[in-house]
Amino acid sequence: MSATRQRPYRRLASTTAALIGAGVLLTACTGNTPENEGGGGGGSNAASANDEAGETVTIGFSAPAADHGWMAGITEAARAEAENYEDVELIVAEGTNDVSTQISQVETFINDGVDAIVLLPFDGDALTPVALQAMEAGIPVINVDREFNSPFAARATVLGDNYGMGVSAGTYICEQLGDQPDAVVAEIAGIDSLPLTQDRSQGFADALADCGLDVDNRVAAEFTVESGEEAAANLLQAAPQIDAIWNHDDDQGVGVLAAINSAGRDEFFMVGGAGSANAMREIQSGDSVLQATVIYPATQAADGIALARLVAQDKSLSDVVSHEVPRQIVLNAPVVTAENVEDYIDTAFES
Amino acid sequence: MSGSTTATTGGVGSSTPGPVDADAAPGGKGGGGFMAGPVGRNLGLVVAFAILCLVGVVTAGDRFADIDNALTILRLAAVVGVVSVGMTFVIIGGGIDLSVGALVALSSVWATTLATQQLAEDVHWIVMVLTALVVGSVAGLVNGLVIAYGKLAAFIATLAMLAAARGLAEIIANRRTQIVQDRAFLDFFSGDVLGVPTLVIMFALVAAAGWVLLNRTTFGRRTFAVGGNAEAARLAGIRVQRHTVKLYVLSGLTCGIAAVMIMARTTTGSSTHGTLLELDAIAAVVIGGTLLIGGRGTIVGTVLGVLIFTTLGNVFTLNNLSSSAQAVARGVIIVAAVLLQQRLATGGFSFRRSSDRPTSTGGPVVQGSPAGAVSGGTGTDGGPGGSRPGAGVDPAGT
Repeated sequence: MSATRQRPYRRLASTTAALIGAGVLLTACTGNTPENEGGGGGGSNAASANDEAGETVTIGFSAPAADHGWMAGITEAARAEAENYEDVELIVAEGTNDVSTQISQVETFINDGVDAIVLLPFDGDALTPVALQAMEAGIPVINVDREFNSPFAARATVLGDNYGMGVSAGTYICEQLGDQPDAVVAEIAGIDSLPLTQDRSQGFADALADCGLDVDNRVAAEFTVESGEEAAANLLQAAPQIDAIWNHDDDQGVGVLAAINSAGRDEFFMVGGAGSANAMREIQSGDSVLQATVIYPATQAADGIALARLVAQDKSLSDVVSHEVPRQIVLNAPVVTAENVEDYIDTAFES
Repeated sequence: MSGSTTATTGGVGSSTPGPVDADAAPGGKGGGGFMAGPVGRNLGLVVAFAILCLVGVVTAGDRFADIDNALTILRLAAVVGVVSVGMTFVIIGGGIDLSVGALVALSSVWATTLATQQLAEDVHWIVMVLTALVVGSVAGLVNGLVIAYGKLAAFIATLAMLAAARGLAEIIANRRTQIVQDRAFLDFFSGDVLGVPTLVIMFALVAAAGWVLLNRTTFGRRTFAVGGNAEAARLAGIRVQRHTVKLYVLSGLTCGIAAVMIMARTTTGSSTHGTLLELDAIAAVVIGGTLLIGGRGTIVGTVLGVLIFTTLGNVFTLNNLSSSAQAVARGVIIVAAVLLQQRLATGGFSFRRSSDRPTSTGGPVVQGSPAGAVSGGTGTDGGPGGSRPGAGVDPAGT
């Protein structure tokens, strides 16, 4: 009895050992450092008197967790921008999607007495009170991407233009298809419940209406590669003949392109969104259905850092006549095509 | 749907002594008694699936009733289907695995790191496949060991794995999407054999293997026994802890397979893969007639459950309806299926008790009567705890 009992145990032990051994071997496979790392972000502006080092300022930076390419690009570009200035000391709080954690990060910045705070809130409404607290303590807050609900909570605000993205994509498609009123236009949206998705779709519909087109098929994905593949696979079945597709997000676009390739469809052209380096390389290649992408700048927080430095040093934008840094800057959403992709690929984020 | 069978067997039980009834309910005897079950048990699902297809044909016409569309549905069902087969074993065995989505993400990321891909380029793309399978299995092994020997509730242990595995995937991938560079890998897995996509064939193979393993082997009979009544299974000579570990390894292995499939489908590995996959899998398993409390379930039902959800998404997209409306329909289907199952199961239970009580001393059933009460009465909303006294077990089955 004991012999029969012992043998399986030994087998279990050896199986376990083998699996652990395989696990150890596998750890060798987690090496993930590319051979040459491309830098994200960084300014390419003309030199001005503002670039000269002033008094050293400490800037606190807090953003949500980098759970997809664009958000990772945001923090990376912010760090790169801070490194451009020898008079900026950047304190980066660990990215979090927990509102109370982010509030406590800002409170820490206030207690530390930083000179300025750049804040991309996970939820603009929830972070407004603590931003007000910072402003009342005399620390200028630069609000990035997601707006606070009080004008007193930020010294300056840098926003991307979601509605404008839709307009840019729609206008580009109109230029390409304007003479075909029966053209089939499809849209692959991001997470449908987000206001930013609704803004993008509204802008897209408005721009298409301008040239007599409309969205014939619309599906929503979830900003992830997998959801993009699934939504696109179903969409391609729903519409046997398509002329143009706008896909809101280049992260999910990787999956969308995989579905298009696997279905072997190429009778249409596609416009992307956000502007990842991946998408731009596809555009550059010239043989992809992806012809263009609309930028939602991942350099917003980098702009925020630059503005925070100017505000803290009592300077203004060099090319603006007025004495102070503007209250609000809304960034443009340009269309990137094969013609101008060279200008944008350096500041694009890796998805 | 399972309820209809329960009611039927209950009917048989009323005219025959206890043992017959006990055999049929937890599948203790495997073989014949259980085989009669799936047909009746899944009839409702087949009807539901047929109605859904009918709706598709009526509303979308040729675009739905098209061979390419059918293959698209099957291709999309493949990933969640493979994971659901593993999940069926775990749930029948009285457990739950919440970590499947995270394990798919971790396996896909680990198999697409630059180091793995470099190795795959030097050796063969099979390296990527093996990496995914081993990562999934090892993570499943950890789940199993913690649950079986650490005595943690399966819900908590796999919840912890859900968080940890996705976190690890994010760390390894640096929250980036990793593109699969190996053309041979993509060509093989996203290609087709005689017009049938490789992914669909893999799904069919996994489902068939799962069916054989569950219905035709000692392993399958033990799974029913452990999930039905762990204590009775132990007394009957089954090593419950070791069997539990094996179930979670199996679930982890299916996650590894699913990771390979998702890598082929999306051409990437990413820590966002498989988001909420665990809920899709559990939903498919539950509407497939598997009791969340364990001890009863079928692979055929699970496959039908997966097909119903995937077809639903397809029909909604073909009709250009919003994903919100689809989510509502999905919720309604889950509740309707479970309510029906619960109601019929309860009906079967009351039927059985009246007939079972007087004769229960006669049969070889260890805990026949009270066991039926637990498995039937608590129904599907019972907590997914580890081991819990459940349906009776036929000791001869092992």
